Amino acid sequence: MTPQGWLAIGAYFVALLLLAKPLGEHVARVWSGEQTKLDRVLGPLERAIYRASGLRERADMDWKRYAKAFVLFHLVGTLFLYALQRLQGALPVGFGQADAIGPHSAFNTAISFVTNTNWQGYAGEAVMSPVTQMLGLGVQNSVSAASGMAVLAALARGFARRSASGLGNFWTDLVRSTVYVLLPSSIVLALVLVSQGVVQTFETRATVQLLDPIEVVASAPIDAQELVLGPVASQVAIKQLGTNGGGYYNANSAHPLENPTPASNVLECLSILLLPAALCFTFGAMVRDRRQGVALLVTMLVLFVPCVAAVYAAESGAPPALHAPGVDVAAGADRPGGNMEGKEVRHGIAASALWAASTTAASNGSVNAMHDSFTPLGGLVTLVLMQLGEVVFGGVGSGLYGMILFAIVAVFLAGLMVGRTPEYLGKKIGIFEMQMASLAILAPCAIVLVGTAVAVATPAGRASIANPGAHGFSEVLYAFSSAGNNNGSAFAGLNAGTAFFDVALGLAMFGARFLVALPVLAIAGSLAAKKTVPPGAGTLPTHGPLFVFLLASVVVLVGALTFVPALALGPIVEHVQMGR
Amino acid sequence: MLRDLVVSVRMLLVMTLLTGVAYPLVVWAAGNALFPERARGSVVVVDGTVRGSRLVGQAFDGERWFWGRPSATSPACNAAASGGSNLGPTNPALAAIVRARIERLEAAPHPSRAIPVDLVTASGSGLDPHVSPAAARYQVERVAAARGLALDRVRALVEAHVEPPTLGLLGEARVNVLELNLALDALR
Repeated sequence: MTPQGWLAIGAYFVALLLLAKPLGEHVARVWSGEQTKLDRVLGPLERAIYRASGLRERADMDWKRYAKAFVLFHLVGTLFLYALQRLQGALPVGFGQADAIGPHSAFNTAISFVTNTNWQGYAGEAVMSPVTQMLGLGVQNSVSAASGMAVLAALARGFARRSASGLGNFWTDLVRSTVYVLLPSSIVLALVLVSQGVVQTFETRATVQLLDPIEVVASAPIDAQELVLGPVASQVAIKQLGTNGGGYYNANSAHPLENPTPASNVLECLSILLLPAALCFTFGAMVRDRRQGVALLVTMLVLFVPCVAAVYAAESGAPPALHAPGVDVAAGADRPGGNMEGKEVRHGIAASALWAASTTAASNGSVNAMHDSFTPLGGLVTLVLMQLGEVVFGGVGSGLYGMILFAIVAVFLAGLMVGRTPEYLGKKIGIFEMQMASLAILAPCAIVLVGTAVAVATPAGRASIANPGAHGFSEVLYAFSSAGNNNGSAFAGLNAGTAFFDVALGLAMFGARFLVALPVLAIAGSLAAKKTVPPGAGTLPTHGPLFVFLLASVVVLVGALTFVPALALGPIVEHVQMGR
Repeated sequence: MLRDLVVSVRMLLVMTLLTGVAYPLVVWAAGNALFPERARGSVVVVDGTVRGSRLVGQAFDGERWFWGRPSATSPACNAAASGGSNLGPTNPALAAIVRARIERLEAAPHPSRAIPVDLVTASGSGLDPHVSPAAARYQVERVAAARGLALDRVRALVEAHVEPPTLGLLGEARVNVLELNLALDALR
């Protein structure tokens, strides 16, 4: 750990909060249908989209109609993306041909990108054609994020409206979130990334004459290096902003053509948390009580900041394998030191640790260092951040609606303590809301634990494990924690490109998306129909430090009670073994 | 139901045109107009031949060259199949491969100090273009001996290639290995 490292992490948080507030206010205006500064340029585009998609009536939908549109759009997207991968070899496009993707891999990847997970059981540069990356993966990067935002918009309206049935229109929420938020921010970020060296070209290959040919036993030396190029910058910008995380290259944002400089790194890392943080301000504005949004954001920060510090501390120490005689593992002005296995020199330890915590707190899943080679405690924190249900920032939209589910449980617990009917944001929380909230919180937990148990109990699951001992178990637990919470990052040693993992993780990702989003929409519908009750003497204020503490405690308790036994078998055992 | 389905399909097609075609094209047009060299991979051309991308590490293995980070790809620094070793911290294979790297470095002329850890650990991408300044300095003796150059000249060349952290704050100090080796070849 170095003072410079801590300072860089501190600067990151300052920049995040400075950017998140105005962006959040902007999103609130977009969702409310108000004019924004972008209307003059993008208004015609929005209207053209409605005309081209045949969307004549854009009336409010009740929650069932909203949910139906949400589900249908996901299913159509999944089928399209599956077909595109299976047919990519036969498409009459002149550049960057590649063979068709196999059926179970295409199944997994289609679900993965449609559900905003971006788990990658394949190696991007090796198997996906640029056409598939653009028309398939890149499109879902945008619309899966916009779909998550739409559900949050519906939930916010559920709180804000009284005795109403409408939650807004899914299609306008989808289109406006894309046109006024995701698209402009992606264009700006992509161009800045190009200025740093992220490639954006339709020449897909370049051959390099090596200075020092590689000697190969029993054949001629290799004297060339094949660079894979492509429309990378546009893909990277939206995968960071939309909490997608699916890299153009296998190494994701550790790849120097995806993340070439410390400047590109900090911008990509900021983009991971930017929208999830901004949406807290959006929510506050939508429910007409900005303090409520701030309280949710503070809760996220209270949980997040210690995790960043923990990963940084853990990765600054080198495991015994690196701490060998003759190796200098201390950090200094001219060397990063620490656990550099799987990390890049230009990023060093601090920026790699901050990214690892950010990408697992938000359900982004991109990486700039290989989590499989993290120390046991560094890996533990990334696991825990996913297992908390992706509510500490979480996915774009989905993170905050997940945190609001926990807020509902928190006010319910507080209500039990004092024997009063719980309320949140002026709405009485009844049995139905609690049932739906419990379902949405427990479903991902069950998916993770059952999936891990099945995988380690079957030969097909165990065959994919790369590292021996407890770490091998951690690889499987990480895979299901990632898929079961729509994160997408991996302990990448695990060979996930098998029929077993492609299918099992595909189903886990589907479950994690719908078993949370649909109960949330049901809650939104139920809340919208209710009257607003004015706060009374017995109402628990939900904007103060007491509530922040209560909410954070509920999140940690649910996560801890569910996952400590599983964690004890993986990273905790490994840490103890390493110390011996 | 059918109407919603039709809207879903048409919406996906429209969004595909917008976010899958128009958006990458806008970034491509603007990016190539503003940063033509960087948008195409930051390649280094020497005497009409592409000798590398300044952003992508190459596998330098001979005694005469500065070595970059170890690469877990096959072959080393395979830019068509990026990735790390994914060896866990307690995996005996990690300890073994680190030991082999230490032995290799210590078999050649080297200073008496310990080896910076980035020189014995595989990078995340397998294509790390940089080493730490300490790792470059560690190799000065070997390179100077193999090329018959004065130590001071090689040392000065390394110092000229040290990049500080961005704004003194972000990332790490580093040395671009390809650029250093190209400059080394230009020394006569």
